Amino acid sequence: MLVFSFLVKRLFQSFLVLLSVAFIAFALFKFVGDPISNMVGQDTTLAEREKLAERLGLNDPFPVQFFNFIKGAAVGDFGLSYRHKVPVSQLIAERAPATLELAIISALLSVFVGIPMGVYTAIRRKGLLSRSFMTVSLVGISLPTFLIGILFIFLFGVILRWLPTFGRGEVVQIGFWTTGLLTWSGIKSLILPSVTLALFQMTLIMRLVRTEMLEVLTTDYIKFARARGLKENAVNFGHALKNTLIPVITIIGLQLGLVMAFAIITETVFQWPGMGMLFIQAIEEVDVPVMAAYLMMISLVFVAINLAVDILYAFVDPRLTIDGGSKHG
Amino acid sequence: MADRKMKSNSKWVQFFNGDLWYDFTRSPVAIVSFITTIGCLFLAASAQWVAPFDIFDLATLELMDADLPPPWADEYGEDKFFLGTDDQGRDIWSGILYGAQISVFVGFASVIISAIVGVALGLLAGYAGGRIDSFIMRVADIQLSFPAILIALLIDGVMRGLLPRELHDELAIYVLIFAISISGWVQYARTIRGSVMVEKHKEYVQAGQVIGLPSRIIAVKHILPNVLNPLFVIGTIHLATAIITEATLSFLGVGMSPTTPSLGTLIRIGNEYLLSGEWWITLFPGLALVILVLSVNIFGDWLRDALNPKLR
Repeated sequence: MLVFSFLVKRLFQSFLVLLSVAFIAFALFKFVGDPISNMVGQDTTLAEREKLAERLGLNDPFPVQFFNFIKGAAVGDFGLSYRHKVPVSQLIAERAPATLELAIISALLSVFVGIPMGVYTAIRRKGLLSRSFMTVSLVGISLPTFLIGILFIFLFGVILRWLPTFGRGEVVQIGFWTTGLLTWSGIKSLILPSVTLALFQMTLIMRLVRTEMLEVLTTDYIKFARARGLKENAVNFGHALKNTLIPVITIIGLQLGLVMAFAIITETVFQWPGMGMLFIQAIEEVDVPVMAAYLMMISLVFVAINLAVDILYAFVDPRLTIDGGSKHG
Repeated sequence: MADRKMKSNSKWVQFFNGDLWYDFTRSPVAIVSFITTIGCLFLAASAQWVAPFDIFDLATLELMDADLPPPWADEYGEDKFFLGTDDQGRDIWSGILYGAQISVFVGFASVIISAIVGVALGLLAGYAGGRIDSFIMRVADIQLSFPAILIALLIDGVMRGLLPRELHDELAIYVLIFAISISGWVQYARTIRGSVMVEKHKEYVQAGQVIGLPSRIIAVKHILPNVLNPLFVIGTIHLATAIITEATLSFLGVGMSPTTPSLGTLIRIGNEYLLSGEWWITLFPGLALVILVLSVNIFGDWLRDALNPKLR
């Protein structure tokens, strides 16, 4: 029952977040730029403009307009892009596969490399390899993503000439989805951007796992497990790792949302034709519909991930639901 | 006046006899990162006097000097441009100095504004409690669930739409400062609020309430000075983040314009020439950014640990 009321509360909160983002997106339409002059030519008469404004509902009262905006947004209708003159939903659908492929591969990379590295550095704390991991990770955290990308381009693209440094390579069309994962050049093109994007999250996950694991390793039940004569591996992986991973899930979940956002930077560095580049171009050209749609979409992803993490957490750790469920720190 | 001087004197004496100074003198990491930080800040602040060329003075630029490599890496280089020149014949080293000045200025200004906004809201939320508190903290929660860079991008985009194009380039630096500081206040507010909630139940606050001081006075004059300690650490680490955010925005092309470049803009300009082998245009500003951010970060890390009583 407690779990249930906790979930309802979180669901309501998520809804509020989405509503406030929708309001911001709507305000963008309302106050930034003039939609009419973005849609018609110079020689349109005032009367025609007025008619268009009436037809688009721009003269309706504010709440009505907001309601209509939400109604459109709910079905993915954000109108025409000011610049490209095609529906925003179509633009986004074209670009989405590129970003999603990049983000998912990076997320997998950071989780499946970051966690083992964290565990290793915690178990062999004084080892040479652990220390070099830690030093490299400090640099990885301090370097801005775009600089890492540039260094990779310089090293692997300019000096060694091993890997392509821009674009997606050849892509294959499967239904509405374009994928670069099925061609050799597509996979080669994906390597540098995905590693660049993964690096920051990877170091973060590694450090987090290490800290948590070190803490767990000092607890009594671990000492007791050792005293019982359990094998080192059984203690480390059977007992310690399990408890380490509970708090790690939250952070990793939230980090995965960040991957989508940081893809903006990686996409710009590697000229990756995804949604991030679309968004940056939209900002440069004040293409409000695209900005609003991207904003709504990315917040939907964020909220969904947050919610999923919370639900997962509520089932993994029942203590959480008892003290009200505020654990973001 | 004399009295005051005595007091500040003894404060300095206290500082040099204190734990922090003792730890500092025994930590090579702290000393090196501190000196590097101060060195970077000094060079950036005095760019006008230190830089061998004035990169804003178009009259001194010569097309003959364009794209020269560093003299020590390539025989085509000229000795007076020891880090080479960019596509317009601007000296890279001078560009870095002026660029760092803008980056550091934006960084400091954003940190200060973030801190003021964050402290004010944190104090208000912590002391007032109730609805005001939950409203401010709810906004903070929402903002925290989005990455700072996205928020800064969005604010920049909105300002771009609101300001006419010519005006925007002129005001770019203020727009950047505004965007970065708005995206960074949450951390300050949360920390201050937490400390205020602890402080407000202490006896000196109750004493103030009993003798009938207005809440405003209690909050600002009595509680505030007692909760400012963590500010310095947050600020130092935030400085590194703010500089990175500025560089990232400028790199993405929504920050400083190429006519008044920051380090991020310089990297963006140079990035276009990287594939044709002119590596020095982008790598040296990049290196400068790394040195600046890394030293601030390492010093901030040390400071946080040194001031954390748990680790003593």
